[in-house]
Amino acid sequence: MTRIPLIRRPDVLAVLVGLTVLTLLATIGAEMGLVSTSFVKTLGKTLCLCLVAVAMDLVWGYCGILSLGHMAFFGIGGYAIGMWLMRARTEDIVAAQLANRPLPPTPEEIDQAAATQIFGVVGSDQFPWMWVLSDVLAVQLIAVVLVPGLLALIFGWLAFRSRVTGVYLSILTQAGTLALSLWLFQNDSGLRGNNGLSGLQNIPGLTHVPQSTLSLWFLWASAIALAATYILAAWTVSGRFGSVVRGIRDDEARVRFLGYDVEGYKLVVFTGTAMIAGVAGALYYPQAGIVNPAEIAPIASIYLAVWVAIGGRGHLWGAILGAAAVSLLSSWFTGGGAPDIDLGIYVVRWTDWWLVLLGFGFVAVTLLAPEGLAGLILRLTRRRPDRIGDMGPDKGALRREEASAEPAE
Amino acid sequence: MIRIILACLALLAWSAASPAAAQEGPLQAVLQTNASEVERASRRSVGEVLEALAETGSPQLRAFLEAWSDRRIVMRDEDGLFFFGERDGDIYRLSDIDTGEPAGEVGRREATELRPNAGVRRVIGAALVRFQLTDPTARVRREAVEALERAPSAELLEILRASIEEEEVPSLRAFKQAAERRLTARFDTDPAARIAAIEDLSGSIRIEDRAALSRVLTTRRIVAENGEAPDGANVAARLRPGQDIGTEDAYSLLVEADLVPPRVTREARDAALVAAISEGAVAGFPVAQLDDEQTRWDAYDALARLDAAPARLTDDGIAEALETHAILDLYVEEDSAITDAARASMDAVEGRLALHQTADLGLDALSLASIYFLAAIGLAVTFGVMGVINMAHGEFIMIGAYTGYVVQLFVPDYTLSLVIALPLAFCTAGLAGVALERLVIRHLMHRPLETLLATFGISVALQQIAKNVFGTQARPLTSPDWLAGSWQISEVISVSWIRVAIFVLALIFLAAIVYVLRRTRLGLEVRAVTQNPGMAASMGIDPGRIGMLTFGLGSGIAGVAGVAIGLYAQVTSEMGAGYIVQSFMTVVVGGVGSVFGTLAGAGLIGGLQKGIEWLNPSNTLAAQTFMILFIIAFIQFRPRGIVPQKGRAAGG
Repeated sequence: MTRIPLIRRPDVLAVLVGLTVLTLLATIGAEMGLVSTSFVKTLGKTLCLCLVAVAMDLVWGYCGILSLGHMAFFGIGGYAIGMWLMRARTEDIVAAQLANRPLPPTPEEIDQAAATQIFGVVGSDQFPWMWVLSDVLAVQLIAVVLVPGLLALIFGWLAFRSRVTGVYLSILTQAGTLALSLWLFQNDSGLRGNNGLSGLQNIPGLTHVPQSTLSLWFLWASAIALAATYILAAWTVSGRFGSVVRGIRDDEARVRFLGYDVEGYKLVVFTGTAMIAGVAGALYYPQAGIVNPAEIAPIASIYLAVWVAIGGRGHLWGAILGAAAVSLLSSWFTGGGAPDIDLGIYVVRWTDWWLVLLGFGFVAVTLLAPEGLAGLILRLTRRRPDRIGDMGPDKGALRREEASAEPAE
Repeated sequence: MIRIILACLALLAWSAASPAAAQEGPLQAVLQTNASEVERASRRSVGEVLEALAETGSPQLRAFLEAWSDRRIVMRDEDGLFFFGERDGDIYRLSDIDTGEPAGEVGRREATELRPNAGVRRVIGAALVRFQLTDPTARVRREAVEALERAPSAELLEILRASIEEEEVPSLRAFKQAAERRLTARFDTDPAARIAAIEDLSGSIRIEDRAALSRVLTTRRIVAENGEAPDGANVAARLRPGQDIGTEDAYSLLVEADLVPPRVTREARDAALVAAISEGAVAGFPVAQLDDEQTRWDAYDALARLDAAPARLTDDGIAEALETHAILDLYVEEDSAITDAARASMDAVEGRLALHQTADLGLDALSLASIYFLAAIGLAVTFGVMGVINMAHGEFIMIGAYTGYVVQLFVPDYTLSLVIALPLAFCTAGLAGVALERLVIRHLMHRPLETLLATFGISVALQQIAKNVFGTQARPLTSPDWLAGSWQISEVISVSWIRVAIFVLALIFLAAIVYVLRRTRLGLEVRAVTQNPGMAASMGIDPGRIGMLTFGLGSGIAGVAGVAIGLYAQVTSEMGAGYIVQSFMTVVVGGVGSVFGTLAGAGLIGGLQKGIEWLNPSNTLAAQTFMILFIIAFIQFRPRGIVPQKGRAAGG
């Protein structure tokens, strides 16, 4: 099987060029004072959401696993980096306070004071066990990918080996996500209960750098992470691995009968995308400033699926499109950006009605344009959509078109 | 009673016969005889006066004792006679002690108020109990027993026993007898009688009886020097430091007993160090070096050697001190036969209590299970027939609950509104379900994952609409009076009537669904479509129609469940979302499409949740977490649920 070199593929090119232009424009605009810091942060956060949407598209659009738990991995990534950010910063502050005492502070005293500062809100004055290594940046950086990866590995292994598929699997991932968020909501979970971790926008050791500069750094980091992930994802799905994974999506049993280790492939995709989600979260939350258990609740993961579905699953760039469009629109509507509509007897306030619009709009997309925005764009730009019928593992799967043609993109 | 009346008559006859003596009745006579003891009564001497007063048998005795205790008795200074004295500005209005008749007035300064101290008042109170226990009013007698139990003593036990014989009201008699057993267990002088009473108490789980037993078992904690228990001590337990009692606590007990020097805390150490800083150093340690714990302790020890700070025990020294001395719990009761009997009774009571608590927990679990059943059965049926997951199922629960709320806005009578609300909620939610099936789900045939997401979109929209229409605050759904309160089965077992009603409702729907599925044409067709829709269609069954009807039925039941849930929880736009995951779990655990599977799933999940909550009562969030983890593990062993299903949905 011959591959088109990645760099010649239009979608890779478009994504790379688009990201470069976006970051350059944002940087120039920010330097000239045309773009506010908060808007730069919004852009950076949106890129992180696009990143996790690419992961979601890999696992759902290509592998057919509707995971309702990838935002949990995203949140775990945020918690992992947040632990270091919060602890290191609190220890800096505490050390500065204690330096005025007649005796020089001992490491135990600093620890104690930092723990009281961080965990006072949940009535504790000690670091829980999982914070033992939280003052080592390297450990927490490893945890950003390792913890989501391990959780996904264990969960996926349990679920896939008992052949849980389809809606069952979705419900199970949702339940797992719910369990995680409920556990985090407890005060004695060791992660400050529903207070979450806060003050993450302050980077220890970089206190002299203003937020306007930091936000640009994070925008660049997010853009680079997205570009790298996109290239990696595009390369993965275009090869033999990608064909097997799509085969699993379309008819799992046939792929199994052809001798492939279906569970292994699924596990690799599930775990790998969980790690990508962790990285996305670790980039997102320092820009957002706060992470709390509500962000891990199942609803967040369902929204992620909605973004990907609206963007068009099965197209990596569609996922990016969907995540960016819906999350930006969402903050425009809920932020009061959209004008109210006066119907005479009733004023439609979009802060109240946006969710209704989103809900019904999403149903309409599912019914009328199952391939999402990407499908519409393809239909407009090409004569022939690269695929007829739905993208699910049921009726219409494994079309002749796909079997004969080269990978679509 | 009769005795008192007779005494009254006798007194009347006597006072009529000798008018001269009316000046000085029998009580006054006794009081005059013991004037000095009355005026300056002490706890020890007042007993004799009370006995002498009791011997008079005067009907005024009780009134006098109450007045004495309440400081309403005055002594007229000029002749030393005692009167009831009512203060009125600058004068006392006097009335005679023996007859209660007015006896003139006296200036405030010409009389002395009797002020018995607390000890004396207690003795007087005990004497009064005797009267109250035989008071003609049953309520006073009951209150007297209750008061007596609040401050029990050996003398009161005798008085209580004497009053049982005369008690005529059976319930009150039993009440007195129960109190007598408790007092006997604690205060009788005869150990055999106490042990018998203690054994009687083992048959009851009432909180008063348990309290009486635990009073007998009261312990105090002592430090036994060199590990020797004092002579004749009734040792309850020997506490091992580090296991039964924290080392820290054990050590501070030793400190209290003056056996070891107090521990030097880190704060005290640092204060001593700071106080000893001179020329940038402490006992030869430069201050800049004191930035770790070990150095600070070394510096402190150096200070202690210079006698600039109290010496401290090392950890080894502490361990040795704890080794040498023993910390004991001693029973306050010295007779070990009695404490042994009480311990045995207590164990028996606790066993019985555990049994009752288990039963209570079982009932709780049952009521939770019936709620889950109501919430999940609709989901199970639609999932079985159509193979789709309806994420908006929770919102049908919400629709039902809001229907109930709206009905109550128009129909003020709670019973009537409930009767209207139940079928109306069924219809509203059912119609919404049919609409959802026609408009959305039908067009997403064979795309289960997209159905899941599309129904989720509906769910988000419906929730937000409810929020916009009804507001974000919780709305009440008031239950009628006959559902208020709870059914008290025993001291610890109780179920609220609402939960009983929900249980009955669940039973009714279980029966109805089983009947519909097993005995009607519709049920036959539903089962056929569940098993093989293609084959069913070729037999002339319209799977579309069946799907629509099942969807309506399932959604309708969710609406009814909404009313039921709204009765004991509040109605909010998010109430459905709170039940949806539990409902899914119920379906997944029970087995898709099976009524009895759902029943088993609801029972398992309800029981499990209550069980975990009982193990960790402070934390209901953790209970949910553990339950979900359990379910994920359960799926490993029975991936298709308790009652696996054959047919289309089983294909995955």
